[in-house]
Amino acid sequence: MKEKILSIIYAALNDASEELGKPELARPGPETHLYGRKGHLDSLALVNLLADVEQRVADDLGKAIVLADERAMSQKRSPFATAGTLADYIELLLSEG
Amino acid sequence: MGRVFVITGSGKGIGREMALHYLAQGNVVAGCSRGEPSIVDKNYTHFQLDVADEKAVVAMVRTVRKSHGVIDVLLNNAGIAAMNHLATTPMQTLQKVFATNVFGSFIFLREVAKVMMRAKTGRIVNFSTVAVPLRLEGETVYGASKAAIEHLTRVAARELGSSGITVNAVGPAPVDTDLVRSVPPEKIDALIARQAVRRFGTFADVIQVVDFFIDPRSSFVTGQVLYLGGAG
Repeated sequence: MKEKILSIIYAALNDASEELGKPELARPGPETHLYGRKGHLDSLALVNLLADVEQRVADDLGKAIVLADERAMSQKRSPFATAGTLADYIELLLSEG
Repeated sequence: MGRVFVITGSGKGIGREMALHYLAQGNVVAGCSRGEPSIVDKNYTHFQLDVADEKAVVAMVRTVRKSHGVIDVLLNNAGIAAMNHLATTPMQTLQKVFATNVFGSFIFLREVAKVMMRAKTGRIVNFSTVAVPLRLEGETVYGASKAAIEHLTRVAARELGSSGITVNAVGPAPVDTDLVRSVPPEKIDALIARQAVRRFGTFADVIQVVDFFIDPRSSFVTGQVLYLGGAG
């Protein structure tokens, strides 16, 4: 499941790479920084990425999730720091149904 | 080809009239209300839900997007009213009115905006009321909930402007619907007396404004609240 979630995030990052003109996002891995001190995305780009990932999860996995929930916003280590932490967070949300 | 509409509160009143109007033009409409559907049309899908139920709204918006690929227009109409002096307004009234009017409008705004952001285009119309500019006595809670919607509208317009999405609001004068029928007639008469054009509003008056806001040529019109009857 984790691999499937990562591939969804990578696909969204590929689109973002083109849209934002950031080639460093074109070949992402789990350590690719999204948002925060070393992040490649500003707040608006993060909002767009999360919206894109939510829709891909709905399409590919048939589950409706909301990524920017209370828990995500209050965690000490943001789930939006890297592609890997985002995948972990999505896996957690999916496991909770 | 028609556009894809999401219309909340489409079970009755203005919501239902708007749904029928846009269906008649060949558009696709996904509507919702707490009750059973009141429209039968091959291009109409009804979702029975409470607009303040986040999970149900998220599921509805995802279903509509999956079925049609896009959402072109959101008419964020669902609302309830409450008339009472503030000294005799129960906390529960406040919670119910804000849940439907503010939370419900916000959840739809957020979820549909995410779909529109990907498409880089969209039209959102929220629903206020002349009770806001007229500062009507007896409508502290209802008026406050609609004032919140006006603020959401103006800020959302700024946050979504770069994504090609416009967000506006219409403030209808009293239209003869269930919502207005619960208000004592003398109160309605007094309200109408404060309008520039002294008559009830009609569904057509409201639709005229909505048509203008959602017109593809209105891409430079955003963050506006338009009151009917000259009440503002």
